[in-house]
Amino acid sequence: MIRFISLVVLFAAGLAVAFAPLPAPSIAPQARTLRIDARQFAYSPSELKVNLGDTVTVQLVSTDVVHGLYVDGYDVSVEADPGQTATLTFVADRSGSFRFRCNVTCGAMHPFMIGKITVEKNDLLFRSVGLATLAVIGVFPLSSLLVERKDRALAK
Amino acid sequence: MNRIELTRNLFIKSALKNRHPQLAVFIVMLAGYVFAILAGLIGTPVGSHNFSIVFVWIAWWAILILVAVPFFGRGWCAVCPIPLPGEWLQRGAVLHPLDKKPKWLNLRWPRALRNIWLQNIAFLLLALFSSVLLTTPTITAIVLAAMLFTAIGLSMVFERRAFCRYLCPVGGFIGLYSQTAPLELRIKDKQTCVTCDGKPCYNGASTSLSANSGYGCPWDVFPGGLTRNTYCGLCMECLRTCPHDNIAVNLRPFSADLAKPSARLDEAFKAFIMLGSAMIYAGVLLGPWGALKDAAFYVGTSAWIIYAAVFLGIIFIILPGLFSLALFLAHRPSLKACLGRSRGVGRGTGLRTFAMFSASLIPLGLMFWVAFSLSFVLTNAAYILVSLSDPLGLGWNLFGTADVAWRPIFTSLLAPAQTLALVGGLIWSARMAQKAADESKISAIPVMAYCFAATVVMLWLLL
Repeated sequence: MIRFISLVVLFAAGLAVAFAPLPAPSIAPQARTLRIDARQFAYSPSELKVNLGDTVTVQLVSTDVVHGLYVDGYDVSVEADPGQTATLTFVADRSGSFRFRCNVTCGAMHPFMIGKITVEKNDLLFRSVGLATLAVIGVFPLSSLLVERKDRALAK
Repeated sequence: MNRIELTRNLFIKSALKNRHPQLAVFIVMLAGYVFAILAGLIGTPVGSHNFSIVFVWIAWWAILILVAVPFFGRGWCAVCPIPLPGEWLQRGAVLHPLDKKPKWLNLRWPRALRNIWLQNIAFLLLALFSSVLLTTPTITAIVLAAMLFTAIGLSMVFERRAFCRYLCPVGGFIGLYSQTAPLELRIKDKQTCVTCDGKPCYNGASTSLSANSGYGCPWDVFPGGLTRNTYCGLCMECLRTCPHDNIAVNLRPFSADLAKPSARLDEAFKAFIMLGSAMIYAGVLLGPWGALKDAAFYVGTSAWIIYAAVFLGIIFIILPGLFSLALFLAHRPSLKACLGRSRGVGRGTGLRTFAMFSASLIPLGLMFWVAFSLSFVLTNAAYILVSLSDPLGLGWNLFGTADVAWRPIFTSLLAPAQTLALVGGLIWSARMAQKAADESKISAIPVMAYCFAATVVMLWLLL
């Protein structure tokens, strides 16, 4: 019974870790302009961090061939010709970590030309690590419960 | 454990016994395979618009790792076209066996090589060049052609499917992960096999000898001794050949084979190779670090040599080394006492324990690949429609989908799905580790901590 209760408690904790709302950020949103240089097959800088609610303007500068920049989760994109600067503006209204990637075929490694923008905090990573921790702990009562059930079945 | 015999259903059984449905699939697969080679050689050099890259590394890979391996084990091997031409030549027949066989060398595979080390090496060779292989149609075509011709060559020299069993870089990991699949081919009654004359399931039965004509197991496996999926290619030859109707295809619980894991080092290292490769690929291909991508892509440069050394170091030194440390800690009396296991003496130490416990990494490795592939496949799936209409990148528009704009699909579901896969794999592996630890009377905690740490790294790389 104790094992069963432990599993229920862990499951409830898992739900809380996965879905509980986090406190809203205290930093006021601001306008940010970020310059990103694109070359085959990398962005520089390739990791960006902004606050939730910021109005983000990306200045994409292509240094070799035509490159693009598509932001996963925001579904916005921009393309820049070689030597030219293209501008993309969006409001970072969803927290988390999002990949941005080239959306114009630019050479062999094009599908892997990827960068990362983190809006506020990478909540999902922290939640996932929390879930993984609970999962490992939960294996102990789960195993005992399964062994008990197997023993009972054998006894019958 | 509960099993449901699928071959009790007469429709399923006759569909599996009949050679024609399998042949029809084989022919489609072989045509697709040959076309992929041609597309790679004569089509556009732009990988994302060439059939060879899009259909092999996006469409096929997605089906293989997200569906075929987790649910059907070696199901892919049952329809794989690579061994076909060689096997047809070896047999001198396409369908039923003939009384008169062609006179090829028909040698036994060397005893020293009857393991999966060559498959491990073959996979690692491809893995080290994967950035080029995955993105360059010509290289993909050359590798596909090389596999086809190697399989043909080996069929002329050695008996059965030597390529599939001992050399195929894909077959090695499919075999490893097939142990987790809920599908198996097994005998129904052991005694029937013991008393069976001539063992036609292994030696074959030609038309003049038996109504159940068929070939001896192409995978060099005696079905009577099958206890794991690893080396059974699900070709269904034994189902056709068995004169006693003693072969069954069963549905079973997931990872049933891992209850009694193998103690072979070649298979243990396959688990580390696959686990490590998934983590490295997640970092190099899906990460934001351009320098890593450059190092992996520009083969032969000093950066690539360092990349290759680090790649091999992670797989052969760091991951197994930390795992050995975990096992060493698991044998510590203080940890065993912690769990009330101080009464028993820890059974099995050294390489055997290392190999047996490494089986607990198999579900984790499979889920790492599922999580990695989800990202890769959902991001690039749009290319499948484009390539379908314009497979060579020559400006065709066969089905009106050549101009479909690239856009990742299901991006909002991707990260939660990856989390579920990784955490699910962790639970699965931790449970396996605990079972193995109970058997060996040691603590499972260090191995579970190892799995947890690997999962956290993978979460960090993917999310």
